[in-house]
Amino acid sequence: MTATVPTTSGPATPGPTATGAADSARPADATTLSAESLSLAYDKRVVVEGLDLTVPSGRVTAIVGPNGCGKSTLLRGLSRLLPPASGRVLLDGQVIGDLPTKEVARRLGLLPQQPIVPEGITVAELVERGRHPHHGLFRQWSREDEDVVADALEATELVDLAGVAVDSLSGGQRQRAWIAMALAQRTPVLLLDEPTSFLDIAHQIDVLELVRDLNAREGTTVVMVLHDLAMAARYADHLVAMCEGEIVAQDAPAEIVTPEVIESVFGIAASVVTDPTTGDPVVIPHRRKRELT
Amino acid sequence: MSALMAAAPHLADSAPEPRAARRADTIATLRDVRRRVRRRRVLLVTALAVLVVALFLVRALLGDYRISFVDGIRMISGTTIPGASFIFMESTLPRAVMSVLAGAAFASAGAAYQSMLRNPLASPDVLGINLGASAAAVFAVVLLGWSGMPVTAVAFLGAVAVAVTIHGFAGRGGAATGRMILVGVGLAAVLSSVVHWVLLRADVYRAQDALVWLTGSLGSVTWSEIARLGAVVAVGVPLLTLVTGRLGVLALGDDLASGLGERAHRLRALVTTLVVLLTASATAVCGPIAFVGFLSGPIARRLAGGRTSIPAAALVGAAMVLAADYVSAYAVPGTAYPVGVVTGLAGAPVLIWLLVAQRRSTQETA
Amino acid sequence: MTVRATTAPAMPARADRGTGPQPAASAHLTGEVSRGGRVPAPVIVGVGLLGVALIAVVSLLLGTQSVAPGAILRALSGGEASTEVRGIVDSRIDRTVIGLVVGAAIGVCGVVLQGLTRNPLAEPGILGINAGAALAVVLGIKFFAISTVGGYVWFALAGAVVAAVVVQLLALLAPVRAQPVTMALAGAAIMATSTSVVGAIVVSDQGALDVFRFWQVGSVAGRNWSIVTEVAPFLILGFILCFASGRTLNAIALGDDLARGLGQRVVLHRLLAATGAILLAGSATALAGPIAFVGLVVPHVVRAVVGPDHRRILLGSLFAGPVLVIAADTVGRLVAAPSEVQAGIVCAVVGAPFLVALVRRMHVS
Repeated sequence: MTATVPTTSGPATPGPTATGAADSARPADATTLSAESLSLAYDKRVVVEGLDLTVPSGRVTAIVGPNGCGKSTLLRGLSRLLPPASGRVLLDGQVIGDLPTKEVARRLGLLPQQPIVPEGITVAELVERGRHPHHGLFRQWSREDEDVVADALEATELVDLAGVAVDSLSGGQRQRAWIAMALAQRTPVLLLDEPTSFLDIAHQIDVLELVRDLNAREGTTVVMVLHDLAMAARYADHLVAMCEGEIVAQDAPAEIVTPEVIESVFGIAASVVTDPTTGDPVVIPHRRKRELT
Repeated sequence: MSALMAAAPHLADSAPEPRAARRADTIATLRDVRRRVRRRRVLLVTALAVLVVALFLVRALLGDYRISFVDGIRMISGTTIPGASFIFMESTLPRAVMSVLAGAAFASAGAAYQSMLRNPLASPDVLGINLGASAAAVFAVVLLGWSGMPVTAVAFLGAVAVAVTIHGFAGRGGAATGRMILVGVGLAAVLSSVVHWVLLRADVYRAQDALVWLTGSLGSVTWSEIARLGAVVAVGVPLLTLVTGRLGVLALGDDLASGLGERAHRLRALVTTLVVLLTASATAVCGPIAFVGFLSGPIARRLAGGRTSIPAAALVGAAMVLAADYVSAYAVPGTAYPVGVVTGLAGAPVLIWLLVAQRRSTQETA
Repeated sequence: MTVRATTAPAMPARADRGTGPQPAASAHLTGEVSRGGRVPAPVIVGVGLLGVALIAVVSLLLGTQSVAPGAILRALSGGEASTEVRGIVDSRIDRTVIGLVVGAAIGVCGVVLQGLTRNPLAEPGILGINAGAALAVVLGIKFFAISTVGGYVWFALAGAVVAAVVVQLLALLAPVRAQPVTMALAGAAIMATSTSVVGAIVVSDQGALDVFRFWQVGSVAGRNWSIVTEVAPFLILGFILCFASGRTLNAIALGDDLARGLGQRVVLHRLLAATGAILLAGSATALAGPIAFVGLVVPHVVRAVVGPDHRRILLGSLFAGPVLVIAADTVGRLVAAPSEVQAGIVCAVVGAPFLVALVRRMHVS
């Protein structure tokens, strides 16, 4: 994508590896994110306890699990929104809470589940706010910022809506606007909390394709919470299955998505078949047997 | 997603030209949006500045005793004009200057607070910060018999104490803004009770003096007070303007703000400090002028197309107080009402206009 | 302007969001749903009556002047007593009766207002009712030379009703979701206007100030209990409407749409409940002046005890309100003896820490 290459130099060099290499700010051995015996709690209610996780760099990871299993809490912990009750989260080997918050924001982007829609501001302004961590108190808006924002708008197909107020967008458009903002932040790691909730199937696919595309082009490490196991299996390289605040299993989707794991995580019976075109596992939940007798 | 496909590397290969052209289009669109927003802001601030200057001249020169513009300049530069000098230099000019300063201070503080707390109701006066100053001042005036500078100091401390309490009890985290509002509203109620009680204990003459101050009055402004508030406004308003850019990030919610590298708690503390400094300084000098902090922000936002603009709000506030002071001084011959009476009276219709206008705009979008 | 429905600012929006599929949004908000048991209505009435009776006795026995309990009891039972003792006892009866009526009215009114607005902070003060009453009282003092409590009553009642109706009408201008905020805004507008006019009048009229400042603190003292009979029709109608609204409030707690889905005629029932609340608030303010915080505190305390069913909360508040007001009045008599602190001020001072505690317990997500 052109943001990393000056536009004046003409068409962008194609290919994800070339683009990745052109970005000098981002070393080849990408940013790492991990949790060590992490416990997270709200007040005194412990939600996640003694969890270890190393997020595979340059891959798309999906955290799946039933409602209330601590998926979103884990994401909040990873993004330093929730300070650990014990244990630690490491970003590039440093304790994330010790790093200056702006420094973190340049390396780790975050899209919460239900961001507040500010009124009156346009899509362009919203996306521009993604550049916030790259600005000091006096730093002026630069050509690079402009390019990055243009990039984000194009990738999310929001160019035509750039001048429209965010609060008048439809749900799908709004979600794309948030993602565009996260894209404009240009972080090597991106955490998304349920980016597809409230979207219809077509918009869900739009968003997840966008995520894959970002990963392919920029080598961005993505961690997202999804509750749709089928979508997670299809779009993630790495699945983390959680249940009651613990990681039950983590591996490639083909390894994780088995009737046994589904049974133990979600408590439902399901068959898993292989998609004939892609080879991805596909989950087919069984109907619960009615006890009619 | 067709655009995505177009942007995808393998397709970009085959169609480089349209992509470059498209990028140029996108940039042009972006610049256009930015330009529109900026143009509106510049236009608005200019128009408001002109209005404030005009009102200032009216207030300073066209009192009971009319003074020509040239005479005004001469007097400021030191010439003494018998008869005119005293009225101009000791009454109308200081009042006009004070109106601008107090209006700007209340309004910018109010707009910043409302924006920070994401609530149009949450101006410092609604949250009891002004009342903190009032209660302390009334206590000092009525029960301790103080006057002058110590009262100003006590009023200032009262406002600070309320702000610290609000901030302290609200704690951190996502619910902090909601808690700040609730604690503030509660404190405001208690403090107004305290004020009422103190008024009750006083002899009626003192109670009346205190009441004039409580309503907000520019009647006894001195140049040294102006210098003090002037310094605070000169530092506070630009700083607040600078910080509002970051408030825009806070408006996205605490989670996202910290995702973007902003420490919500610390930013709130910074804004609160500035807001308290401005509110307390202004209240200490001329009392809590009703409605200025509450309404300037929303009016400025409405004029600016929904964006928080501290300079615009400050100018709206200045214009409001200037106009109100003029009306309060000359509307009823023979009686000079405190300026707060007029802002309070005029504020209600404005608020109703805002409510109605809001209804219209929601209907349009519906 | 920022009061748009989609971004309903923090407070009311939070209240909305807290509305799970349980009754009583605000109870849910304060996290007290689980603890509130199902206290049967007879128990509420029994305990309530006992509480009110106890506090009434205390109120009769204690005061700035200490009188032997025996003498008081003799005076009460119609036995012999000195004129002085009889005077003291009569004044204590007066303020106890007024505290009883006012407390019950404000407590019940607070439940209805909080339920209707789905806002845990709603109370007569916020909706401009007290401000309207204050304005009318000042006008009465200034232009009709009213100086007795009996004379204020009608002005205060009229002012309260006019203010409340104006606030309601303004709220109707707003889209349904924005109504709670709009109401608070309109209440604030009324308050500011009223304060300004009051200020304009009393700043230039010392006599009016001297009369008015005693009204505005809110007190149950210095009134003959028979003034209650003057507003009795309004009080009775108000209580009937409010108690009839229990089911409506339970349904509204789930959100207007859901309430409609459950077969409630939301607009009509809202209107009836609001009318009841306005009548009660107006009457109470007419009797005692503006008393802060009772309307706020009582419903929350009662809800914590009896659970989220509005019918029970209404019943409980009918007793808890008087207990609070009479207790505040009694405390006010004792703390600053030989002078007095008015009940309105005691309530505010006691209410504030309570509010803070409430806020700190809130799990607004």
